[in-house]
Amino acid sequence: MRGVQALAVAAALSLLAVPSIARAAEPKQGGILRVYHRDSPGSASIHEGATYSVNIPFMPVFNNLVIYKQDVAQNSMDSIVPDLAESWAWSGDHKTLAFKLRQGVTWHDGKPFTSADVKCTFDMLMGKSPQKFRQNPRKAWYEFVNDVTTSGDFEVAFNLKRPQPALLALLASGYTPVYPCHVSPADMRTHPIGTGPFKFVEFKANESIKLARNPDYWKKGLPHLDGIEFTIIPNRSTAILAFVAGKFDMTFPTGISIPLLKDIKTQAPNAVCVVEPTNVSTNIIVNSSAPPFDSLDIRRAMALALDRKAFVSILFEGEGDIGGTMLPAPGGLWGMPKEMLETIPGYGPDVNANREEARKLMQKAGYGPDKHLAVKVSTRNIADYRDPAVILIDQLKSIYIDGELDVVETANWFPKVARKDYALGLNLTGNAVDDPDQSFYENYSCGSERNYTNYCNKEIEKLFDEESQETDVAKRKKLVWEIDKKLQEDVARPIIFHGRQGTCWQPYVKGVTVMVNSSYNGYRYEDVWLDK
Amino acid sequence: MFAYIVRRLVLMLVTLFGISVIIFVLLRIVPGNIVDILFAAAGYVDPADKANLERELGLDQPIVVQYLHWIGGLLHGDLGYSFVSEKPALDEILPRIPITARLAGLALMFSASIGIPLGVISAVRQGTRLDYFLRVVSLSGLSLPSFWLGLLILMASVAMFGTMPLFNPNPKTWTEAIAIYCVPAMAVGFRSAALTMRITRSSMLEILRQDYIRTARAKGASEATVNYRHALKNAILPVITVIGIEAAFLIGGLIVTETVFNIPGVARFLVEAIRWRDYPIVQNLVMLIAVVVVLANFTVDMLYALVDPRIRYTD
Repeated sequence: MRGVQALAVAAALSLLAVPSIARAAEPKQGGILRVYHRDSPGSASIHEGATYSVNIPFMPVFNNLVIYKQDVAQNSMDSIVPDLAESWAWSGDHKTLAFKLRQGVTWHDGKPFTSADVKCTFDMLMGKSPQKFRQNPRKAWYEFVNDVTTSGDFEVAFNLKRPQPALLALLASGYTPVYPCHVSPADMRTHPIGTGPFKFVEFKANESIKLARNPDYWKKGLPHLDGIEFTIIPNRSTAILAFVAGKFDMTFPTGISIPLLKDIKTQAPNAVCVVEPTNVSTNIIVNSSAPPFDSLDIRRAMALALDRKAFVSILFEGEGDIGGTMLPAPGGLWGMPKEMLETIPGYGPDVNANREEARKLMQKAGYGPDKHLAVKVSTRNIADYRDPAVILIDQLKSIYIDGELDVVETANWFPKVARKDYALGLNLTGNAVDDPDQSFYENYSCGSERNYTNYCNKEIEKLFDEESQETDVAKRKKLVWEIDKKLQEDVARPIIFHGRQGTCWQPYVKGVTVMVNSSYNGYRYEDVWLDK
Repeated sequence: MFAYIVRRLVLMLVTLFGISVIIFVLLRIVPGNIVDILFAAAGYVDPADKANLERELGLDQPIVVQYLHWIGGLLHGDLGYSFVSEKPALDEILPRIPITARLAGLALMFSASIGIPLGVISAVRQGTRLDYFLRVVSLSGLSLPSFWLGLLILMASVAMFGTMPLFNPNPKTWTEAIAIYCVPAMAVGFRSAALTMRITRSSMLEILRQDYIRTARAKGASEATVNYRHALKNAILPVITVIGIEAAFLIGGLIVTETVFNIPGVARFLVEAIRWRDYPIVQNLVMLIAVVVVLANFTVDMLYALVDPRIRYTD
């Protein structure tokens, strides 16, 4: 009887609780989201930036034509939703991508948004406009776009040189906002005007970035927040202490290393923290145009010497992924399956056997216990680069390679790499979009500016074009795996690991989704709200 | 005296000219400029884009032309534009000066108001437990790096009070305003206070052994009168020198303190500008600091004459 009474009381309580739960889940309007920012971005112009330090504070100012759904963690073709475009359609031959644009949208300065703005933006990105960006790092994304044409004020079409289904993925990136025609690129660097949920208020270099709610946002009822304030705190210790002290609602997204995450969880046990892949790979750039790494045997020996698990254990306490160029599952969409990966030299589980094979290759090249190969391992003077470089040097010792760490200041790093003034380099490569078109063409195609190693294989280039035009996803995936396998076997740019990073927020912050296969696309913040 | 002051002023101008040349040349000797950094961050380089940007920023001009352009502008009050923010350099620098000046002033005040009295006490109580204790305190002040001390203060603040004095341009309460300035000032001023204390102590010890001190005591003057009116007045000269030098060196400590406490002052801004190779900002800020240092030295020299009537500057 007592049990029945208890059940009845529990049922009554749960009935009472239902409305309050429902209320708690209802987004509340108002409040300022306080986030610390890791550094002062060079400008406010997303199109001229090449770091997510620009995307995070300025993505909320803009809209794209299409966007990755902000509450879905994994970016994929299925998670692309209309934004400034109401709908899109591919032509039968997949050479034209047409968009119907949303009407009644206004820029933050009150001017109407039209198809001319879309054309202006992409003409500038393709270098076809009289107005130029000071920097245009993603010009190569639109290599296969012939031109952008408009039909009236609310229709626009991308006419391609050949089919490229991945174009839609590139257009959905946080790196691809639509800019207003009537604002110059110079003004966009200092005072960006967008159509997005938040208006730009102020950017004080090295101090803060402030955004305010756009009351005329075309998505009615959004955003929930009154504004967002980014305080620039380059000192990581200070920033984390300030978060622990409650001065901030959220940490800089994917900016917390695994050891620091433990500190936060100890000091602020109520904080909500997630660890996700960033789609940034740590890799080795090899100067194959000069001795000693012009020898394929030595390059292969080096690849065989890698103990990738050791990197992940030491640097990420096991929270990292091992894969090829493409981010592996479950975060990534295009990574090779594990069984295929393990067939690649150096990826097999028996590190000792791999190294034994590597030593044989080194001896074949004339090196051995009595004759070590001395090389400088160059890398940027940033912990994320330096730390794995030290581990790499240690691992290379096992195959008669004596590495010496050569740390290079950021200002000199790229000119040094471009001059090919290095033998071995440790590098990080971030992928804005989890799509092979972005990664393969950018990093491995002959003559690409970001192909630092000058790897050039015409056969593989043909495969790039083949996969790029393939509209059947399953077929394309198989081609991508084949390419990725070949790239690793050629030691084009050996991938060591794909790192993971943490993000934390206070428990009253709701509606945050950290994306699992890109660090560049999930910062619109229009769904975020504060439950306080 | 007048001729001396004029000579010093002329020397100051020559010094500042020398500094302007040195900083200008040094900045350009350092490998990499802002264009390299921008393109390095983007991970690519298009030679045409790079050349355009260098032309836009005037970096393609010969170094002498660049120097004359800068100095010419400076003499007309035109500091140029920041390469990074593309705003007038003056607009970027000016709002930050009061923040750093307030911090530096408070740090110097802390240094003098703590260092001098404790130095006197330590000297007067030479060999006592109090003296030993104060010497340990001063030694730790000299030994603790200010970034470490700053972090320690922040960590203790969070652990004990659940909050920390993070800079806020519009503090809501007086206590917050005091905390955001005084705590960093104490962190950066601790080392100066320790140095001031040690100099005051050793100078006082020397003076306290002079005949005229014995005479003052023999005349029946109170200990306070002997210590502060007779001894400290004569022992203060080296202390003024040290405080003057410390005022000049303070900028080094402020770089660290402004970084740890996240204060958007001149010192941190300078470091960021150097990182970006933002020449107009670095050049003008270094010149500003040079002017402050030169003026501080000049002021110290003038104070000598005021404090010690035996010192008279003649030709």
